[in-house]
Amino acid sequence: MIKEAQTEPKVEWYINAFEKFEKSLNGDKEIPFHAVRKKAIEKFQQLGFPTTRIEEWKYTNIKPILDQQFGTIDKPQKIDKSNIDNYRIKGIEENLIVFVNGQYIDEFSHITLSSKNLVIKSLSRAFRENPDLIKKHLTHYASYTEEPFVALNTAFTREGTFIYVPDDTVLDAPIHVINISDPGQTTFQSHPRNLMIIGKNSQVSLVETLNHLSDNVYFQNSVTEVLVRENAIVDHIKIQDESKLSFRIATTQVQQEQSSVYHTFSIDLGGALVRNNLNIGLNGENAEANLFGFYFINGKQHLDNHTNIDHLVPNCNSNELYKGILDDKSRAVFSGTIFVEKDAQKTNAFQSNKNLLLSNEAEIDSKPQLKIFADDVKCSHGATIGQIDDEALFYLRQRGVSLEDAHILLRQAFASDVFEKIRIPAAKEYINQLISERLKSEI
Amino acid sequence: MLKISNLRVAVENTEILKGIDLEVKPGELHAIMGPNGSGKSTLANVLAGKEEYEILNGSVTFKGHDLLEMAPEDRAREGLFLAFQYPVEIPGVSMANFLKQAVNEIRQYRGQESLNARTFLSTMREKLNLVQMDEKFISRSVNEGFSGGEKKRNEIFQMAMLEPSLAILDETDSGLDIDALKIVADGVNKLRTKDNAFIVVTHYQRLLNFIVPDFVHVLYQGKIVESGDKELALHLEEYGYDWVKEEAKEQQAVEE
Repeated sequence: MIKEAQTEPKVEWYINAFEKFEKSLNGDKEIPFHAVRKKAIEKFQQLGFPTTRIEEWKYTNIKPILDQQFGTIDKPQKIDKSNIDNYRIKGIEENLIVFVNGQYIDEFSHITLSSKNLVIKSLSRAFRENPDLIKKHLTHYASYTEEPFVALNTAFTREGTFIYVPDDTVLDAPIHVINISDPGQTTFQSHPRNLMIIGKNSQVSLVETLNHLSDNVYFQNSVTEVLVRENAIVDHIKIQDESKLSFRIATTQVQQEQSSVYHTFSIDLGGALVRNNLNIGLNGENAEANLFGFYFINGKQHLDNHTNIDHLVPNCNSNELYKGILDDKSRAVFSGTIFVEKDAQKTNAFQSNKNLLLSNEAEIDSKPQLKIFADDVKCSHGATIGQIDDEALFYLRQRGVSLEDAHILLRQAFASDVFEKIRIPAAKEYINQLISERLKSEI
Repeated sequence: MLKISNLRVAVENTEILKGIDLEVKPGELHAIMGPNGSGKSTLANVLAGKEEYEILNGSVTFKGHDLLEMAPEDRAREGLFLAFQYPVEIPGVSMANFLKQAVNEIRQYRGQESLNARTFLSTMREKLNLVQMDEKFISRSVNEGFSGGEKKRNEIFQMAMLEPSLAILDETDSGLDIDALKIVADGVNKLRTKDNAFIVVTHYQRLLNFIVPDFVHVLYQGKIVESGDKELALHLEEYGYDWVKEEAKEQQAVEE
């Protein structure tokens, strides 16, 4: 058991870091949003860091993060273009937004999508060029008054991806956001802030990849706010392959209006300690949320997936399936809560978490929860934990398949059904190949 | 091809096989019969390389190799095939992928080139025909949701695909209705050549009406207590296993 950190001095350290950050802002301090940053850091100071005594953080001790003192990188890091090319996805290369160490890199980014009033750009530019949209939406969905990591992110908010899709706009090509971490010799923290506003009857696909060039220590604390308006459809894929020495807290807050669809797929491969908070509010009737996830971790990696789906109104659907493979001494947490509020009759909600443990020392804490306050609903949830089936292994070997290949086949077989849920064909192919290689290389 | 000498095997410290001697030559079909619990399936599994068995004594050579030293996949690649009594369901692994991998790993071991997609497909169609299985089976997961009869036919189909030199059929007849039994037997008969050999493990004589054995052995309490030709199987059908048990008891009394 890792000892709980004394969080107060750590909070103090981040307050000081904020003061330094403020000084580095120069002109950026003049924007109206700076007042929000100041409110957020005050709020953060009151909230402090969560400890394992809080139910929501029971299985994830953030002491390893608090033990570090991260620098900040305020200038874009020079990296070679070939590094970007390595992470491009065949078939979705037309629209690219590139960040290195949390800094937007204009020369590598290009957007070919165009439509009247469509905005796809870095958040820093949006602060200057779209102040009204920022004022109307930023911080309106993810609460910085309750969640300390959201408060911390809000205080340090400066850069990220900003997507505004007006009503009745179908974007036929997916947008690829490439995040690359390459801290060189120093450690750094970054607080990416993403905002996606998807208008009525509109459609957009987004693929985020998070990669690293070197195995280094850094801390990312990201917040993504998504508003899916009436009858809009969003496909959102995230492939996290960060350094195995890095730390990551990622909060995604989605608000869905009537008849909207939010379809998300999260893959986690990297990180020493990763916590994903995915919160979905179904606020309009007939809205549908589909949450899929896959993780493959080993060594001493710690991955915590927290999802909350809030059915606030009647006739909404949610489907959730997270599958994971754990090796060595890795540890995963799955905590999925489905709230069905009193008025949310005729809710359909399904949730499942399945795990394959390759080692006796790997650990999964799986906690699917239903909190139902309506009486006419269809809900189910479940969790399974299994190991490679020795009988199946022998059967495959008896047919001439090597022990190693039999293991790979069975791992792929375990994961295969969840990948069927990816709806962007080019991304699906990329992911299948990536996972298949990873399952082979780590045998 | 296969020579088993004084093979003694234990499971969890209980001796199951108590000195088996058996020789199988190319072109021969041996039936191993015996009451439940006599060690028939243990023998089949030990030959295929299942790991939970402890070899106490004896040796098994297969085409001149020390079989007991070989990994299960190498036994398969050398041409040993086990049709499982209880074929395992493997959700998420399609029949087509699995067989392509198996066929090509075996071919690679034998220094042959991989089959191209077209040849593979046409071979598969031909062999499916042999056991009257529909082509749609190949896109399904291995054995998942197959009926008992389909599972057994699938074993014979795989045997046809892999063309083993020694096939061991472990109670392939159990649970089959007469039509399925005929299909399975017909498949086996079509695959018999002067170069390959079969060991058919069965409790009942019924299968041997359709697959005619060259030799019949009776396994009882971990030993082969009788050997003969196909007449021995008919005798067992008529008189059951009681006389075998009686004789074994007398034999034991003499030894003591």
